[in-house]
This record gives sequence, structure tokens and C-alpha cells, in this order.
Amino acid sequence: MNLPLDPISLVLVYSAIAVYVGAFVGYVFAFAVQTTNPIRRLVNAGGTPAAHAGGRGPQTETERPGRAARVGYALTMLAWVLHLAAVVVRGVAAERVPWANMFEFSITGTALIIAVFLVVSRRTRVVVLGPVVVGVVVILLGLATVAFYVPVIPLPPALQSAWLVIHVLVALLATSFFGIAAVLSATQLVKHRHENRPAPAGRPARLLDAVPGTEYLDRLAYRLTIVGFALWTFTLMAGAIWAGRAWGRYWGWDVKEVWTFVIWVVYAAYIHAKATRGWHGNRAAWLSLVGFGAVLFNFGIVNVFFTGLHSYSGL
Amino acid sequence: MTRTEDARAPSGIVRLDRPTDHVDQDVEVIRAPQLGPAGWARWAWRQLTSMRTALLLLLLLALAAVPGSLFPQRSADPNGVVQHFAQDPAMAELLDTFQLFDVYSSVWFSAIYLLLFLSLIGCVVPRIRHHVTAIRAAPPATPKNLGRLPAHQRDIVTNVPLLDAVDEAERELRTARYRVVRAQESGGQVSLAAERGYLRETGNLIFHIALVGVLITVAIGGGFKYTGQRVLVEGQTFVNSRLAFDSFEAGRFVTDDSLPPFSLTLERFTVSYVTDNVNALGLADAFVADVSVSSRAAESRTSARIEVNSPLSVDGSDIYLLGNGYAPRITVRDPSGEVVFTDTVPFLPQDANLTSLGVVKVPDGLDRQVGMIGFFYPTRAVTSAGASYSSYPDLVLPVLTLNVYVGDLGLDAGIPKSVYQLDTSGMTEVAGGESGVAALELTPGSQAELPGGLGSVELDDIPRFASFDIAHDPTQVPVLVAAIAALVGLSLSLFVPRRRVWIRATQLHSAVQLEYGGLARGDDPQLLPSVESLARRIASRLTRTTQKDHS
Repeated sequence: MNLPLDPISLVLVYSAIAVYVGAFVGYVFAFAVQTTNPIRRLVNAGGTPAAHAGGRGPQTETERPGRAARVGYALTMLAWVLHLAAVVVRGVAAERVPWANMFEFSITGTALIIAVFLVVSRRTRVVVLGPVVVGVVVILLGLATVAFYVPVIPLPPALQSAWLVIHVLVALLATSFFGIAAVLSATQLVKHRHENRPAPAGRPARLLDAVPGTEYLDRLAYRLTIVGFALWTFTLMAGAIWAGRAWGRYWGWDVKEVWTFVIWVVYAAYIHAKATRGWHGNRAAWLSLVGFGAVLFNFGIVNVFFTGLHSYSGL
Repeated sequence: MTRTEDARAPSGIVRLDRPTDHVDQDVEVIRAPQLGPAGWARWAWRQLTSMRTALLLLLLLALAAVPGSLFPQRSADPNGVVQHFAQDPAMAELLDTFQLFDVYSSVWFSAIYLLLFLSLIGCVVPRIRHHVTAIRAAPPATPKNLGRLPAHQRDIVTNVPLLDAVDEAERELRTARYRVVRAQESGGQVSLAAERGYLRETGNLIFHIALVGVLITVAIGGGFKYTGQRVLVEGQTFVNSRLAFDSFEAGRFVTDDSLPPFSLTLERFTVSYVTDNVNALGLADAFVADVSVSSRAAESRTSARIEVNSPLSVDGSDIYLLGNGYAPRITVRDPSGEVVFTDTVPFLPQDANLTSLGVVKVPDGLDRQVGMIGFFYPTRAVTSAGASYSSYPDLVLPVLTLNVYVGDLGLDAGIPKSVYQLDTSGMTEVAGGESGVAALELTPGSQAELPGGLGSVELDDIPRFASFDIAHDPTQVPVLVAAIAALVGLSLSLFVPRRRVWIRATQLHSAVQLEYGGLARGDDPQLLPSVESLARRIASRLTRTTQKDHS
């Protein structure tokens, strides 16, 4: 406790939030501009072009991202660097991994969400992701600093384990994948309601016109979800091994264990739904949302309001 | 499931002896005239093993698991159940009727997962057969029109004999771990049919079989594992046997002989507190139990250390440190000074600063039976209203207060009583509480008189106690192996792409045209790039100028 590193971390979080807000504005602007771009409207509103079916977004192939989108991306990148620095400084201040209480889960988890988002945006540009993901992260970071902030304290003996490093980190990473997938699934559901209606001539541009077709969103959500699912499976197993080390039983239906299991089963159902006639598409998208709802419940509600062996929220 | 699909359910069943990456298509509906019992059985079995049933069972399983997090479970939180019964017996009774305090061993939860596993087995067994055939079979013959496949391209190579080009292409496909079959077609064309990624389905099957493995090993483990709890005060020794436990739970195949007769002595229990961080003052940052053990394995007594997250393994059982607290040593004397009771009494911690609650029962030796409810404050502080509390968990200013009851302890009725509870229904409070007499207050080494000249109480010293969990589960390693197999299988089934690639070589005057077609089985984001890069590598193998003609 020689250097006041903890406040520096907090200042970095605030700075990141400020830059994220800038990025958010850029992305919203990009979204609006793209909506009014006639070429885009044609490509995206017109169902599934061949390039779609092949697995790449129409937008990567039709043209470069617009200036506003590039500004959004650059600002997100900058904010993420600040964000990452905040996480690292917090870890240095605490002399341990920066994911041991709600505040730290939140700042590290959102940093991972943005990391996944940045990678996804490089490979395929779904213009709706920018404003939604960055916007949600701003809210989560704000919530973390206001409601979850706790000063650095040492780890209680129960958390002094190498499994803290791997189990929690992988859980947060899985959450990031599920989160981005959920945004895509939600967009897919909204888009679906409008996709089959032919646009009347002269209709003003709608935001949804800038969004890729449902089939593409569906597939991208699936790809992210299966990565999340594999990571979540690992989380569950690593957690069980840790529980075996710490509590003498690898599975005991503790509240957190129950919800981890529920999430796992819901996403397993999602993956099965993708291969079941009549469940493919919208219903699967709903399952993806239910799954992520359970993830949020497990994180936000179970950690804070339930009592169990996993009461480490630090609040 | 929509109504229209329901209406034709009996015959519109989708067979699932297919990879999970297969998307069901509408099947031709054939109306069976009449189904006999065997027919209905077959129908039921097919229904059960269909993907849709599996999906619904999965959703049901997720839903059914939720109540276990809303109501306390006997397995995880028995005290919570007791509290439920105390607060609202009628409601608790109702919840209990629906097994909501035992969700995970309830009839309905078990029914769901057993049906799910039955469905899984019924689905996987035919798929194993199917997959074994597929692995042995040659890749399917090259389709006539490669242009219809999702990935398609044509390259022209010059100055290469047709067969050399085909040889190189085949070599490249094999390098890329494709299984390749060459066919001479009519019109002098030669084609290669290639397939890769059989591991995708293999992994999928391994995953599902491993899940069955996990279930079976857990079920077997339930019969052979045991777990027991024991509180040890510093200096006390415990010998591993059923009767020595404070509480004990065991599978049906566990006999008294299954418990290895090791003995464990708690020599010292040390807690260290955070002192250099104002935000965490008084927070414990280490619990260390120094123990000595005599076991079958070791000749003599050995010293060992048990910490949270760091259990001690002795003769196949693991000893875990779960809790701790103070166990004041209390001595009670009769009026003549004769010791009638002396023991360390574990006090149960009530808060983070270890305000602790304990009970002393003195059935014999005094004129009347005496029971005492004690509050122990490791560092006593007093609120402005005069109530005592502990302000720090370590022994800075330890104070023990005792409320004294006389009367019938209720021990003679033959009903087992908890050592942590005092049944005051047959007793009168004579000190503390509502009695009008101040509670006895003791500091280490001090002595207080019991009211009515019954005798005296002395607080000798304050050792710590630790509570240990001793667990033995012979199936831990098999479960872990099955779980790892499941994870590996899952990753293979999700991330190994299964692809078919066909290449047709055609002689065009002086040049050779290589036409590529690619087809993914299941989700495969890399199909197009992979066919492109395959073509590029073949072209560079041929080291000739190629003229690309993307269709």
C-alpha cells in the first residue's frame, strides 16, 4: 500500500467510460448513416444474397466501413486500452488476479466483452453490434463503479487457489461470448419481424435496414455461442475440481452450482435446437436469450442476493 | 411444437441416427393403418429418442433445476430446511410433499434426467453404427455438376499432363488429412472424391458416451462414498470411525471396515489477520491447522498441515478444513470446591468478528441440573445501549457471559439432544436474561459464583477449535476422466469441420482444368477459404502459371 494504485485504476475506469461514450456516439452515427445508404439497404433488405450463404457478411464484401464506424472502432480500441490498464493496475494494487469480487468481475468481464467484440468486428461487421455492445458496457462499467466498488482487500483463504485464476477467468470469457451472441440473437428476432415484409417504395429508411439478414445473424450467434459453450463446460468442470479441493465434494448443488448447471443445459438445448426441425431460427434465438438471461441472473442476482458457498461478491 | 406438427406426430417422426449437425428435413408422411402394442412401443421409443424430445427434456431439466436454488436443500443447507419448518410448518409440509427440499433426488427431477439419458442412449447407439459404417466407407462419388456446391471454383493449369496434376492434387488432399478416392470418369476426366473431419462425429459420440459415463460413475460413487464432520479442539484427537464423527453420511455399501483407522490430532490452529490494510482489518487471511496423523501408510506419527483449499490425504480419505471458532475451557465446581464439570466447549461463531454462542450442560454433581447459555466475545465492545458485541475476531479482550438455568435438562428422556442447544422448557432462568440477576461474566482465569450457592464457574483458557470434513469418494478419478473425455469430445464435435471436397480434372487442348467443389456437413465458417487455399496450394505444387477463373 505504498502507491495509491487503486484510485488510479478507478480514474482509468472513468476515462475508459468517457472514451467508450465517444465510441458509442460514433457507432450510432455509423448505424444511422448506413441505414440511409441505398446500396446497403438493397443488400441487407433483400434477404440472403449468395455471399450470405457462404458465411461472410455482406458488408465485408460490399465496401469498406464508413468513417463514423472507423472512428467508433478506433475510440473503442483506445477506451479498451484504458480499460485494460485499469484492470491491470487493479490487479497490481491487489497483488493478485483482478477478479475476486463483483467490482472486479465487472471491470474484467466488460474488458473481455469488448475484446471479443473487437475481434468479431474485425472479421465481420454487423453494424448494430457497435452501439449495443459499447452502450451496454458503458452502463455496466457505470454500475460497477457506483454500486459494486470496493477498495482492494486481500483474498479470503477460500479464494486463495490457483483455480481462482483459471475458473473465474474462463467463466468471464464464456460470458463475453454468450453476451455478444445474445445481442445478435435479439437483433435476429427484431429483424425477423420486418424481414418478410416487402419495403414499400419511398418508405423512409429504417435502422433495421442496415442489419444483415436473420440467417446470417443466426449463424454468427451460433458460432460465438459454441465457443462460449465449450468455455462454459470447462468453467463448470474447473469449478467442480476446485469445489472438490476446497469443500470435499465436487458437486453439491450450491446455488451457484445450480445456476451454472441451468445455463449449461439451456445452451445445450440451444445447440440441439439448431439441429431440430421447427426449432431452428427464432426459437433457437429465444433460447440464446434465455441462456444469457440465466447468465446475468447468475452473475447479478445470485452473487448479490443469494447466500451460498459462493458468496464472494465483496459487497 | 406447433399444432400441425402434433397432429401427424405418430408417423411423422424424425429418426435421429444421424449426426447432430444434420438439420432435419420434412419426411414423407406415411399413415400407418393400425398400430399394435409392438408398433406403439416402437413409436414411443422413436419419440423418446428423437431430437425434439431430447430438446424438450433438456429444457425441462433446466427448469426443474431452478427450484433447488430457491428453496433450501437438505443436502446443501439442512439448517435452512429446519428454519422453513419452524417459520411456516404448513407451507414447509406442502413444499416437502413436492420434494422441493430434495429437488435433486426427487422423483420428478430423476424422471427427467433418466428419460433424457435414455433418449440419449437411444439416439447415440444407432449413430455409433452409422458412424462406424461412414468411417469405413469411401467418400461419395463426385457429383456431376460441381457448380451447384456451396464452394466452387475452376483453375486452369498449363504444361502439366492431366495425370500429374491429379497426382499432385491427391497428394495435397492427403497432406490436408483428407481421405481420397480417385475415379476415372467417362470422357477422359479424372476426379478425386475426398472427405475429412470424421473426428467431428467421433467427438460428438465420445461427448455423449462420456456424459453417460459421468452419470454412471456418480451413481456408483453414491454407494461407496462417505463424508463425516468432526470438531476438534486444539489438543484433541480423533480416530476415524463412524461413532467418532459428529455427523456422518455414507453410501449403502460403506461398512464400518471401509473406514481406514487413522487418527488425527489437532496440535495447533493458527489464524492470521490482515493488519496492514485499513479496509480489511480483522479479515482472516490464513487458517492453518497443524495436525499430527498416524496412518497405515506411515510407521510413526507424522506432522502435517491442513488449510482451506489444501486438504490432507490420509489412507484414501481427504481431510478438509471447513470451519473454526473458540472452545472456552470451562470448569464447574460444587460448593465444596469439587470439580463436577471441566471441558472445552466449542462455541458456534455468529458473525465475522466471532461473537459465539455455546451451551454448557451440568447434569450431575450439583444440587440441581444446571444449563448455561454462553455468549463469547473475543474482543468485547459495548454499544451505547449497553449491549455487548465483538469488535475483532482475535482474542484481544475476551469475555464470556453465561445465562444460567436450573431445572430439568431433559437428558433422561432418551431423546438425543444437540450439544449446541439447550431445551429451557423444563428450566428456570436464575441469572441473565429476564431473571433479574446479572449474567455471569468471566475473563480468562476468573471465577464466578452460581446463584443460590449452587457452586462456581471458572473460565480457564480459550483454545481454538477447527471443524474438519473427512471425505472418501472412490469415483472421483473416474468422474474426472469421463468429464475430460466429455470436454475433449465436445470440442472436437464443435470445432472440427467436416468437409467434402471433389476435384475433377479435364483435358482442354494443351491445358488442364481443375474444377473444385466443396460441401460442409454442419456449420463450417471456413469452407470457402479452405477450398480456395487448397486450390492455391495445389496450383503452387504444380508450379505453373495458372489462370484463375472464379465462377
